[in-house]
Amino acid sequence: MKSFRKLVYPYLLWAIIMIVIPMLMILVYAFTDEGNSVRNFVFSLGSFRRFFSDTVFLVVLRRSIYIAVLTTVFCVLLGYPMAYAMAKSRFKIHLVLLVTIPTWINMLVRTYAWRGMLDNNGLINNFLGFFGIAPLKFLETTFAVVLGMVYNFIPFMILQIYTSLEKLDKSLLEAASDLGANRLQRFLKVTLPLSVPGIISGITLVFLPAVSSFFIPKLLGGGQYVLIGNVIENQFLTAGDWSFGSAISLIMAVIIIISMYITRSLDKKTNPEGGDD
Amino acid sequence: MARKLLRRAFILLMLIFFYLPIIYTVVFSFNSSKSLSKFESFSLKWYEKMFHSSDMVNSIYYTIAIAVLATLISTVIGTITAIGLSRSGRILRGIVEQINDMPIMNPDIVTAIGLLMFFSTLAVKKGFVTMLTAHVMFCIPYVILSVMPKLRSLDPNLLDAALDLGCTPMQALVKVIVPETVSGIISGALIAFTMSFDDFVISYFVTGNGVNNISIMVYTMSKRINPSINALSTVIIGIITVGLTVVNVIPPIVNAIKQKGKIRKEI
Repeated sequence: MKSFRKLVYPYLLWAIIMIVIPMLMILVYAFTDEGNSVRNFVFSLGSFRRFFSDTVFLVVLRRSIYIAVLTTVFCVLLGYPMAYAMAKSRFKIHLVLLVTIPTWINMLVRTYAWRGMLDNNGLINNFLGFFGIAPLKFLETTFAVVLGMVYNFIPFMILQIYTSLEKLDKSLLEAASDLGANRLQRFLKVTLPLSVPGIISGITLVFLPAVSSFFIPKLLGGGQYVLIGNVIENQFLTAGDWSFGSAISLIMAVIIIISMYITRSLDKKTNPEGGDD
Repeated sequence: MARKLLRRAFILLMLIFFYLPIIYTVVFSFNSSKSLSKFESFSLKWYEKMFHSSDMVNSIYYTIAIAVLATLISTVIGTITAIGLSRSGRILRGIVEQINDMPIMNPDIVTAIGLLMFFSTLAVKKGFVTMLTAHVMFCIPYVILSVMPKLRSLDPNLLDAALDLGCTPMQALVKVIVPETVSGIISGALIAFTMSFDDFVISYFVTGNGVNNISIMVYTMSKRINPSINALSTVIIGIITVGLTVVNVIPPIVNAIKQKGKIRKEI
C-alpha cells in the first residue's frame, strides 16, 4: 500500500526542524565567535584555540575522561559478577525486574539521596561511628562522584551483560568440559569471550553519560568539582557564550566517538568473526 | 555449596546498594527533625512544607501534565510514522531512521544545547510549550523503535487481504494494523512516559519563566540541606512504584496465579 508512505512525511519534516537544525546550529556556532546572533557567518577556530590553550580547561577535560573511565571500569568489575550470578539464579526474572526498577526512578532523586547518606553527619558516617571510625569526608571527593555515577549507570551494564550471558549456548560449556577444561578455563575461554559484546554495549551505555554528566558532580562533588558537562552548562546558562559552549560539546562528541572506536576495536580483537549485534 | 552462597551474598549486597538510597529517602521524608542520620519521630511536616510551597506543587503538576501530553502526542505520531516507514522505500526509511537515531545516540546535554539555541533564535517564550515540544522530540524516536519490530513481524498479506475485502486504507489501518501491533505501541508509550517523567537535562536547558519539573526543582533546591526534597522525592518514587505495579508487575503475577489455578483444577 504505497499511500501509507505519505504518513512518514510529517515526521520527516518535524525531525529535520527539531533534530537536524539544532545539531547544525551546534556545528555552526562552534566554528565562529561572532556572538550569539550569527547574521553573517565568519569561520573561526577561536573557540577551539581558547579551549586548548587554557590549562584550566585541559585539567577539566582530563578529569572528565579519568572519571568516566574509572566509572566504566567499576561498572564492569561489579556488573559482570552481578550479571553472572543473576544468570545462574533461580529468580532471574525477578532479579532483572529489581535491577530495572531503580532506573525508572528519577536520577536526580537517587543522586540527592546519596548526598544525605554521604554527609559528614550522614547515615554512613554514623554507621562507621559504631566501629569507632571518625567521620570521613566523602562529599566533594572523587570517590563520591564516581560512586554516584556507578550507582546511576551500573544497571545498564548489568542488563547488557546479563542478556549476552543468557543468549550463551549451554552446549558450548558442556563441550568445553568434555574436552577437559576446568571451571576457570571454561569461563576464560568460552563464557568471557562470548559475553564481550554485552560488555561493549554496556560500556557505550555507561561511558557516554558518565563523560557528559553535570548534575552528579554538582550534587556530590560540590561547586568546585567541575567536569566538562559543567563547563558546557555554565557557557549556556551563565556565561551565555554559545560559540564556546558549542565548541566544547563538539570536543566532547569527538572524545566519545574515539572511545567508541577503541571499544569496538577491542570487540573485533576478541571476536574476529564479528558476531556482535 | 559455597559457590552458590557467595553468588547469593553478592546479589544481596548489590540489591542493598541499589535500594538503600531509595529506602533512605522515603524513611527520612517522615523524620520530624532535620537530621540526616537520626530518625527522631514520625512526622508529616516536610510534606506540609512541600504542599505549602507553590513551586513544589507546580513542579509536580508540570511533570505529570507534560509527561501525559508528551506520551499521547509522541505515541500517536510515532505509531503513524512507523506504519509509514514499514511501507516506504529503502532510501526514505534509511534517512528517517538515521535522523531518528540521533537523539538516542547523542548525550542529553548535546540535544539540550541544540534545542536551547534553536528556541532562543526563534525567540519562543521558554516554558511549558518549549518543554513539551522538546519532550515530544526525544520521545518519538523511542516509540518508533518499539513499534517498528512489531510491524516488521506482521504478515504483509494481512493488509492486502483487508483491502481486498473492501476496507479503505484508513479502516485497514485502524482495524487491522493497529490492533496487531498494540503491544509494541503500549510499550512505546510506557517508555515515552518514563523518559519524559524522569527527564532533567533537556528540560533544564529549554525551560524558563518559572516552569519547572520535579527534577529541576530537586536540582535547584539541593544547594542546601532541605528535607522537603525527600518528601518531593518520595512522591515521585510513589508514583513510579504505583505505575510499575499497575502496569508491569501485576499482569505477570495475575498470570502466575491463573496458571496455578488452572494446574490445580486439573489435579
